[in-house]
This record gives sequence, C-alpha cells and structure tokens, in this order.
Amino acid sequence: MYAKPLPVPDPDSAPFWDGCRDGRLLLQRCSACQAWRFPPERYCPHCQSAESAWVEASGRGRVYSWIVVHHPVPRDLYAGEVPYVVALIDLEEGARIASNIAGCAPEDVVADMPVEVSFEAVTDEITLPKFQLRQT
Amino acid sequence: MWSLRDKYAITGVGYTDFTRDSGTTVLNLATEACLNAVADAGLKPTDVDGLVSFEFGDSVPGIAVATAMGIPAAGYAIDLKGGGNLANLVILQATAAIEAGLAETVVVYRAMNGRTGVRLGSGRDMKAHGMTQFTAPFGWLTYPQAMAMWCRRHMVKYGTTSEQLGTIATTFRANAALNERAILRAPMTLDDYMNSRMIVDPFRMNDICLESDGACAVVVTSAERARDLKHKPTYIAGGAYGGGRDQGDDLFDGLRWADHSENYAAYIADDLWASAGLGPQDIDVAEIYDCFTYSVVMQLEGLGFCKPGEGPDFVQGGRIARDGALPLNTHGGLLSEAYVHGMNHVVEAVQQLRGDAGARQIEGAEVALTTAGAMTCGSAMVLHN
Repeated sequence: MYAKPLPVPDPDSAPFWDGCRDGRLLLQRCSACQAWRFPPERYCPHCQSAESAWVEASGRGRVYSWIVVHHPVPRDLYAGEVPYVVALIDLEEGARIASNIAGCAPEDVVADMPVEVSFEAVTDEITLPKFQLRQT
Repeated sequence: MWSLRDKYAITGVGYTDFTRDSGTTVLNLATEACLNAVADAGLKPTDVDGLVSFEFGDSVPGIAVATAMGIPAAGYAIDLKGGGNLANLVILQATAAIEAGLAETVVVYRAMNGRTGVRLGSGRDMKAHGMTQFTAPFGWLTYPQAMAMWCRRHMVKYGTTSEQLGTIATTFRANAALNERAILRAPMTLDDYMNSRMIVDPFRMNDICLESDGACAVVVTSAERARDLKHKPTYIAGGAYGGGRDQGDDLFDGLRWADHSENYAAYIADDLWASAGLGPQDIDVAEIYDCFTYSVVMQLEGLGFCKPGEGPDFVQGGRIARDGALPLNTHGGLLSEAYVHGMNHVVEAVQQLRGDAGARQIEGAEVALTTAGAMTCGSAMVLHN
C-alpha cells in the first residue's frame, strides 16, 4: 500500500487531480482577467472573480529553485528515496508548481533547466505530476 | 503603521531552562516563565490583567496560564496562531491592547516542548489537505526543506556559498559559549560547519536551528508605569508586521511568492524604521530570527543593512561578531541557544539594553533590533534604553 502523503482533493482542486489521472496537466485560469490560478482556488486574487476555466498546459517549464533531500523525514517513508530532488518549476503558462525531478542525478539539476511533465499513478485515485529533463 | 513610539516598554523578562527534555508540561513551562517575568518586573501576578501568546498547535491558552498564575481577572487574553513570524507582533499586540484600554499590564509568552512534544521539524500531516496537497506528496514536508528552497534561489541569483553562511553559524556559536542558558556551547569552526551532515542541500545540520523545550516571557506596560518599576524601562521605539503579496500560510505557500531571494523583511522595513524614527545605522545590537543561517542574510538585506545580494559578504570579516560593528544574536540565537520561536531574542535584547547580559554584554548597547520570521510574513521591533 502506498504510504507516502497523498493529496486530498477538494472542490477547488479536484479537476486538477482528475486531469493528472487522465494524463493531462490542467491549470485553472480566471475567466474574467485571464490570470492563472495555482494552487486552484475559488476566487481570483487579482480580480475576485469566481469564474474560471480549466486549460490543458503544455507540461513544459524550467527549474526556478530546487533542493536535494538527504535526511529522510519521516525516515520509514523516505529512507529508500534519498537523495531526491524537489523543485519549484515555472511552467510556460506562468504558474509555479512543486514536484520532483526524476531521471537525472541530483547534482545535475541546475537553474533554468528545461523540464517536462510525466505522470506517475500512485493509487487508483491519485496520479502525481512529475518532471524530467526535457531534451531541447 | 504602528504609531506608539516610546509610549510602551518592556519592564520584565522571564525564562525557563532551555533543554532537550523539560520533563514537565507546556503549561508549567509557560507559568514558570511568566511568573519569572512578573517577578523580574517587581510586580505580582495580581498586577497582570492581560496575556498574549502564539502557538502552532503546541502550547496552552492564555486563560489557562492566567489561572495557573493566580491572575484573578485577565481582561484580555489572546492566542495568535502562527510561527516565529509572530514573536514580535505579540508584543505590538500587547501595546495595542493597553492603548485601547483593554488591559494595563500584559505578559507575553511563548512556551513549547519543541523537542519532546510537538516537533515543528517533523513534517506535516500525511493526508495532504489544502495547500499541502501540492507540496507534501512530493516529499516536501519540513521547515528545513521549505527554507532550503529560498536559500537555493539566493545562491542562484547572487552566488551565495555555504562557506559564507557558515560564518553565521560559527559566530552565533561563539556567542553561545558565553551564555549559560545556551544548549550548544562547544566551539564550532568553519571546518566543523562544512563537515556537518548534509540534511537538505543546500542546508547542513549546522545551518538548522535547534529543537528544544522551554519558555520565555516579557511584561509590557506603559512607559509611565514602567518608570516606577524595578528596572530601567526598555522602550518600544518602533515595530512592524507583515510581508508582501501572497503570504499564504507563510510556509509552503511560497508557491505564489514572486521572488524567493527576498522575504518579508523587505516589505516591512519602511514601516519599521519610520515608526521608530531610526534606521539601520542606529542599531547597536541585533537579535535576528535565525531558524536557519540563511534567514539572517535575507533579513539583513531586506531591512537595509546592505543591498540585496550583499548579505553573504556583509556578515564576513567579523562585522557581526560581538566585537564587530553590528553584533548579532549575542545569545547564540535559535541556532545555538534554543528554539523558543523568537521570544528568546526579545528577552536577550532587553537584557542587553538593561546592561544585564553578563559575559554576553555588548558595551554601550542603547538601541536594539529584534526580528521574527523567515519567509513570507514576519515582525520586527526597535527597542532602546
């Protein structure tokens, strides 16, 4: 059984997680002022509109910042994972998303590195968006 | 902007032992620190009519502490929810309450069994609700992991190095060596720092603050009343609280924060200095919130002691040592004294300004800065004697 933290979708975020399960990275966009909303939320913090649409993102972005976790917390869940990379990724559309960078050595991650999304189903319900080096 | 310059003062300080195992309850720690602060002020518990505290699901409410202390009628008791960012706001809150007539003498405390009870370093709920659903599932769970992301961005933007951050850790440890309250007093060299275990790159063990059990408290009252009490008053010259747009919950809501090379300090600096009528050049000693080495850099830059990106150089060459131009964290800070969530910084500043700091005393200290916070939101004060 998957023991690591699982997202608990809420009324605002459910479309995002549904999209991941379908292999699509969906981003919420304000229907009034066109600002991207991430994390998903009911009201636009720029224009307070409650109207929004879900738009499929390109899945491409660049590494804004990153860390390499060496000390596993909680140990029983992450001892087999370390070292692993958590990155903040600026998506082409403008939203900033946190995820893991897989498929390359942690020491090879650099700022502005181009990455693209892939999807990892961790339970029947939940699929996580992960990122890997994008060959340009 | 807070506009009560010199109308209120800190007139007593109290603390418990700082340990890794208090062997007692948080209520007992809070009560001990508050009783000590009230006694230090030359007052009795019955003179206190207000309590302010903050907690993160790890402490006890003010009305319970009032009961334990035998305060018969606390007309004002509030418990703010949040982290170290609130450690100066609680004191500004006390001044506001007194100004509004809700109380006359307020004890402000922070109490926690941060090592044996709720450990803030241990990460978040395994069921990732709300904001956390976009962070925790990726193994991004703890405060060091959160703050390391900010530090990295500063390194990317300005070329900041671990060796530069190491100076902060070694300087504060040297200060702690003079502090009998401090938990970590053994000398630390830069080699020791560099050789300490990598926890979450770019942070080594010695970049990360302690987890500890303990409590601190201060007594706030009007300057007029404080002048009649036992100690020379420590006047609250200025104060500010806040941050930029998109503060979120101050931890992982950094997803929305625009530029992780700067933090709350850049956004409260103008209000802080304007409220005090003073500036960085007037500060004799500063107790800067140091949950991590790196947070010190960002606050020095944000508050205008140096320009953005210059912090790592600014802290070199002995400038922040106890005999330097700007002595920082004369008690050893959260890194080496104890993690009392920034309230220990306020206690230290008061002792420095009263000339009560013993072996740690900075001669001629007349104006002190205290800060509280590291990421999107924080508070700070300017104090003087």
